[in-house]
Amino acid sequence: MYGKGILKGLGVTWRRFWSTYLEDISWLLSGKKRYFTEEGVRHRSSKHARGIFTVQYPEEKLIIPEEFRYVPFLVYDEGEGGKKEVRCTSCGICAKVCPPQCIWIVRSNDPNTGRPIPEPTEFYIDADICMNCGFCAEYCPFDAIKMDHDFEIASYGRNVYSLEKLLKPASYYASIRPENYAREEEARKAKEAAKAAKAAAKPAA
Amino acid sequence: MMTAPVQTQTVDLVARFPGVVAAETRPGYTGFVVEKEKLVEVATALRDEFGYDLLTAVTAVDYLPENKMEVVYHAYKTTGGPGLVFRVQVPRVDPVEVPSLIHVYPGVDLQEREAWDLMGIRFTGHPDLRRILMWEGYEGHPLRKDWKEPFYEEEAKPFKSRWPEGKHILAEERNPFNDNLKFPPNFDPEKWVPDNEESLYAALKRYTVESEDGMNTDRIVVNMGPHHPSTHGVFRAALTLDGETIVGLKPVVGYLHRNHDKIGERNTFLQNMPYTDRLDYFNSMSNNLAYAITVEKLMNIPVAERAEYIRVIMAELSRVQNHLIFIGMLLNDLGAMYTPALYAFEERELILDIFEEVSGARMMCNYLRFGGVVRDVSPAAMHKIKDLVFDRLPAKTDEMERLLAENEVLVARLKGVRVVDAETAVKYSVTGPVLRAAGVPYDIRRADPYSIYDRFDFDVAVRQNGDMYDNFMIRVDEIRQSLRILGQAVKQIPDGPINSQKPQYQVRVPAGEAYGRIESPKGELAFYVVSNGKPNPWRYHVRPASFVNITCLEQMCIGTKIQDFVALLGMLDIVMGELDR
Ligand code: SF4
Ligand code: SF4
Repeated sequence: MYGKGILKGLGVTWRRFWSTYLEDISWLLSGKKRYFTEEGVRHRSSKHARGIFTVQYPEEKLIIPEEFRYVPFLVYDEGEGGKKEVRCTSCGICAKVCPPQCIWIVRSNDPNTGRPIPEPTEFYIDADICMNCGFCAEYCPFDAIKMDHDFEIASYGRNVYSLEKLLKPASYYASIRPENYAREEEARKAKEAAKAAKAAAKPAA
Repeated sequence: MMTAPVQTQTVDLVARFPGVVAAETRPGYTGFVVEKEKLVEVATALRDEFGYDLLTAVTAVDYLPENKMEVVYHAYKTTGGPGLVFRVQVPRVDPVEVPSLIHVYPGVDLQEREAWDLMGIRFTGHPDLRRILMWEGYEGHPLRKDWKEPFYEEEAKPFKSRWPEGKHILAEERNPFNDNLKFPPNFDPEKWVPDNEESLYAALKRYTVESEDGMNTDRIVVNMGPHHPSTHGVFRAALTLDGETIVGLKPVVGYLHRNHDKIGERNTFLQNMPYTDRLDYFNSMSNNLAYAITVEKLMNIPVAERAEYIRVIMAELSRVQNHLIFIGMLLNDLGAMYTPALYAFEERELILDIFEEVSGARMMCNYLRFGGVVRDVSPAAMHKIKDLVFDRLPAKTDEMERLLAENEVLVARLKGVRVVDAETAVKYSVTGPVLRAAGVPYDIRRADPYSIYDRFDFDVAVRQNGDMYDNFMIRVDEIRQSLRILGQAVKQIPDGPINSQKPQYQVRVPAGEAYGRIESPKGELAFYVVSNGKPNPWRYHVRPASFVNITCLEQMCIGTKIQDFVALLGMLDIVMGELDR
């Protein structure tokens, strides 16, 4: 019969059209909120999603997975009296691996000896050039640079981030990447314990 | 280990052409070196006597220290099996001339133009050797090793200015109009008037013949694009029309050209990985895979078992979403605005969610590393993949088919409208679904297996008519086959390490060349990489499916009506990020 295929196709759109309302009603009946809640957004990005898919940015936002990566930041540990203990040793690996070469580091030198000391005097990331590849965070041997989750950086000017803007506390890092943070802390503790054990064993020997 | 991957030489070209062909002897290289004068003869024999009917890649390499230029050809048989590399070497003295193979393999057309444009190889006998990616008034050949781009800083990354004395300078502050930029002599950008594209229209002139029946019909040239809603980006086609019938066509591309190859040669091997994401931005996982296997060939390293499965899973998920979007976008082109396209985008969203969870980005995944992948797929993500592969995508594919495949209006529009026949497709080096819809069951996953595709049970999707309907339906077939592969891969995936190598930011790549190809959703995607043992590739070339496939566009369109042009272009499923590079 001519027109059967069209009707079949219309059946699909018909079902799709109603499924949004059916979803809404079933959520309503179960007393849950489909829109503007994390649960609702999560549901809309699961295999059960049907009906309308749209996430109403900025009122709603997609759930950001832990590994999501955006322009990097530098991690500092909070020392005694709120002292910022910058993890970066200005080894330069991130600046070397960065594909668009948007990391600029000035290494510190000891004014007396002239020898390099492990802390950067200046650290820039040209966020307009950064391609969010994540290499810097991946290859930094000191867990000092990490990828951020904050993607709302639109501005009227150029985004050249200096050390001041880049530094963020380890607690912030732990809040956006809890699993990675826990894994790294564990590795670090294991390393320190091994070191301590070695140091303890030495005088005995 | 300095040995290159062994390639079984199935042909003894040296015995067939004594004194003309020599076996390649440089370590790390394979294939044959052909005397320039006999190139056409040898190529004809390769095609007719030895059965290498598909010439997939033509590219040039500038061996500046040895003061010679080389043109490298990669030929394959559509019946499957490994390929054959042959090359011509010429002294690096302008004009660098090499005979064109266009009459043996018409598919070299645009690739030869590219080699002329970027490398300055003059292909004698090529009927239309114009620049293709750069603009007409351009001076110089940017892929030559002695050519320097604007903002040029150093030969190779990492740049010394970044560390340890890295005082930031904005890129635009380094004066771009100084020595770094080369203009033709007496060129003033303020006063330049384009030449009205006379050379382009001259290329089309051969079609403007006087009508013989005494009726004066004007043949007009119509430019479709570069700003046209249906051209999938900034693509332009100059069409010559006789009434409504297309009698000539020249693609005009390069609007998105950024000299990806040159950037790649300044980068280190690893730094190229995220750049490949930006080629076919719909399928960054596939791009990563093609580049990774090429460099792994050069490095001669194994890939971790679990990573192999992860790679296949990601590449096939990528194909599923690509083909769904293809269907949606094709319907957009045909005027069924947005309903199918948005249905497709829903499934794509879910697949991108998975990419984001494993790699950290939805589109620019940068997920593969040499020897494996960057991080493991968590059990939660694997669960999501299984949900999609077993519970959702098969039903959604059926739904897409139900929505469209029998629709009488659509069937009437697509059935019997020729896209391309098998013979023309092979002649013009077309690969991918378009070739298979024409009845040639050539799928690199089967014909020349890479990664672990030889372990999976799947059929090469093939259709016989080569019309629009077959081109449309073959995508549905391929989604089903991909789901089959995915089903097996998620069941068989073993535990274990995800990289065979230690993470290192500077890999050592022995000298030699490698050509790595995969069946990307759009056709053959290949990388040709030459290493001289340094941290940066000496030559880094992308052989994109989109670019080579449009070589055939003119053949596809001639004789059809202008309203079919949009649909025919849609069939090729081009993406400009990859086409223009
Ligand atoms: S951020 Fe890490 S890699 Fe970069 S200089 Fe500091 S310590 Fe080295
Ligand atoms: S994310 Fe990539 S591009 Fe951005 S600063 Fe890090 S290495 Fe450079």
